[in-house]
Amino acid sequence: MVDISSDFVGIKSPNPFWLASAPPTDKEYNVVRAFRAGWGGVVWKTLGEDPPIVNVNGPRYGALHGADRRLLGFNNVELITDRPLDVNLREIKQVKRDWPDRAVVVSLMVPCEEAAWQKILARVEETGADGIELNFGCPHGMSERGMGSAVGQVPEYVEMVARWCKQNTRMPVLVKLTPNITDVRHPARAAKAGGADGVSLINTINSIIGVNLDAMTPEPATDGRGTHGGYCGPAVRPIALNMVAEIARDPETQGLPISGIGGIETWRHGVEFMALGAGTVQVCTAAMAYGFRIVEDMVEGLKTWMTAKGYSRLDEVVGAAVPNVTDWQFLNLNYVVKARIDQDLCIKCGRCHIACEDTSHQAITATVNGERRYEVIDEECVGCNLCVSVCPVESCITLERMTEGVDPRTGQEIDPDYANWTTHPNNPNRAAAE
Amino acid sequence: MGEERKRPDIAAGRLSAEAYAANFADLHPPLNRHQALVEAERCYFCHDAPCMTACPTSIDIPMFIRQIASGNPDGSAATILKQNIMGGMCARVCPTETLCEEVCVRNTAEDLPVRIGLLQRYATDHLFAGGEQIFSRAEPSGRSVAVVGGGPAGLACAHALAVAGHAVTVFDSNPKLGGLNEYGIAAYKTIEGFAQREVDYILGVGGITVECGKELGLNISLAELRDGFDAVFLGLGMGGTNDLGIEGEELEGVHDAVDYIAELRQAEDLASLPVGRRVVVIGGGMTAIDIAVQSKRLGAEDVTIVYRRGQEAMKASRYEQEVAQTSGVKIKHWAAPLRVLGDCGAVAGIEFAYTESDDEGHLKPRGDRFALEADVVFKAIGQTFLPDCLNGSGAMPALEAGRIAVDESRRSSLPDVWAGGDCVVGGQDLTVAAVEDGKIAARAIDAYLRAKAVAA
Repeated sequence: MVDISSDFVGIKSPNPFWLASAPPTDKEYNVVRAFRAGWGGVVWKTLGEDPPIVNVNGPRYGALHGADRRLLGFNNVELITDRPLDVNLREIKQVKRDWPDRAVVVSLMVPCEEAAWQKILARVEETGADGIELNFGCPHGMSERGMGSAVGQVPEYVEMVARWCKQNTRMPVLVKLTPNITDVRHPARAAKAGGADGVSLINTINSIIGVNLDAMTPEPATDGRGTHGGYCGPAVRPIALNMVAEIARDPETQGLPISGIGGIETWRHGVEFMALGAGTVQVCTAAMAYGFRIVEDMVEGLKTWMTAKGYSRLDEVVGAAVPNVTDWQFLNLNYVVKARIDQDLCIKCGRCHIACEDTSHQAITATVNGERRYEVIDEECVGCNLCVSVCPVESCITLERMTEGVDPRTGQEIDPDYANWTTHPNNPNRAAAE
Repeated sequence: MGEERKRPDIAAGRLSAEAYAANFADLHPPLNRHQALVEAERCYFCHDAPCMTACPTSIDIPMFIRQIASGNPDGSAATILKQNIMGGMCARVCPTETLCEEVCVRNTAEDLPVRIGLLQRYATDHLFAGGEQIFSRAEPSGRSVAVVGGGPAGLACAHALAVAGHAVTVFDSNPKLGGLNEYGIAAYKTIEGFAQREVDYILGVGGITVECGKELGLNISLAELRDGFDAVFLGLGMGGTNDLGIEGEELEGVHDAVDYIAELRQAEDLASLPVGRRVVVIGGGMTAIDIAVQSKRLGAEDVTIVYRRGQEAMKASRYEQEVAQTSGVKIKHWAAPLRVLGDCGAVAGIEFAYTESDDEGHLKPRGDRFALEADVVFKAIGQTFLPDCLNGSGAMPALEAGRIAVDESRRSSLPDVWAGGDCVVGGQDLTVAAVEDGKIAARAIDAYLRAKAVAA
């Protein structure tokens, strides 16, 4: 029997799937529905100082659709909660009382003054919430006022506010990081230096989802004008995975608890974040697209997968892939693969051929003996994975390793030993042979 | 022309081995992984999904499809089987075109529903291929239940009760369990012995004793069972078939369709089954379609279904009618049989009266007639429940409209006897509906036994 209960910076939840601080966690009504559906925890939508901010009355969201109008990317210009602080605090207290086994973390954003933080921390503590998350990520609206990502982009501020919070509350402190930065390791290190118990990432990415070519306005527009919003959804997942991994493998932040966020739709995505070091994962867009019931697939899928793989607890999964994330310079240059096309699975669309022919290495035939047939020309194939990526049929094209003989492309004998760029003869800065 | 044929022309082995194999291969080949993923992506994960509401067993269809899409087919199968232990068979035999797939919102969007039945089959096949038993039994309750009839209703009930910790004994008159899944469904819908594989999976949970060759009213009685067990579930099915009630019905070559289908399902070698050259089927339901299509696929030259009302009144779904028609079966409407024509004691043909409907919808003869030549005539005009088996020394559950009367929990007039499937009032002649009956009854029986335990 697998145990998927989570203990993350001392915050316990029956499963690692939390709802991220966002519209779905703005009210007791929504949060209770989420808990009924099975979510392990929530990060309550960001509280600020009274008087509450206001939201636009025009559209807040915009979507990037894939085929069949599947939601791939999502963009928003909604700000932090627009409800009075008292109302939120009262509801948080009630929810935590009614759902003691679920994680209730409160997201916060107040101006960069210690007094402001002291004041709100005391009030949040009274609710019995399990922890706080500092919103240093929101990239629109609030950042113009010197909050959100404006703080997250300056590591010194991150450290300073994290320290204030640690000094002024007994609650665990998570710092939510913005991806709108050159190197996410710097704010993560700053959060750690400030004493934060963990980081959560990523917040949304600055974006314009599209342009209305009749009105000549960005989408979505309010009265003829639009602004950049925060981008999220499945499309941002690769960016988030990388940022999580960067923090997980950075010697300075190694072991710093991470709550992974960014485009998680299914159990598999959650596990991917966990494998790269996330102790819990947070979801927003998928819930907004499909409803809270998606957590059932996440919980059941995680259990089924762990059972099949022989894992019994989450800590065996968390970080399991981190040792295998490395720098380019350490990739094995003696590892040679060639594409292989399964002719039984091939539906003969020719996309592998044209991709390779036009844009890569001219390593896939279009015809063989006058018939439409796609075969890999080993003499040209560099094993780049482009054909695999564009093939509509999963597993039709695979990359197979050459373990012996001569690579027909280079004419060189396959070398079974590991060798990387740091010692490569073409590298002007190569390390001297020992 | 004018060639004299043997009369009646009934013969086995009309086809080559390859033709039999092709004709009785899977009617709807399963989806492979790629097809299943593409199809699963089409599901919108609707809120309060119409498909789920349309399913008599309320399978959480959007969830199981999402689980396929997320790469968890065994979890998907678990979602299915928790609601419907015969989800594997239902995936094959449910008239999805009149249930879940009929109401798929994709019909509104592009007139093409998500192929729910095939996705359900993909998930359940995946689980059965791995053989993992996803159910486990609760602590033994010390209570025992007799289930009479090992068809869909009985097995669904037995399984749920076994899971709840009760000791179940299933009695069945046939050598094998499965009921109509084993003896009635058309062969090309459940190939490769799936019915028995499903029975094995159901029994695999443990706690179910099987006693085959036991027929109620013959070598077991209701009174005995009520004495020997804490509760009884009757999933008796329908033992009788309706007669045409016309002249010539006794002639050689006039058969009950259900008998022939049972024989076909149990045949080791399809080539050993005699089939007429010209076959006439009387009826308009699934049995009529099944016997007609199977006769055609066994090599009959001309197969005609004759139904007394119009196309829209046929109980067989439009889709099933099309299956028959594309198999080469001719369907004639608005004709009722008058008499079977004989030649030396065997069927030679059958005479019909054209019918029409009066203003109140009553059927009446139009006044003209026609005859069809036939070597074999199949009767497929409905089955009946035979209540005689309930007679005995003890009390008998009340009947209504010739079938066992039950309340919402499928309890009969006897406090410790429940019933479900085709033998109860309102039985729908559907595997999935029978499973739901068994499930509901099991829940009620479990509650009854637990209350009894507390009282004791």
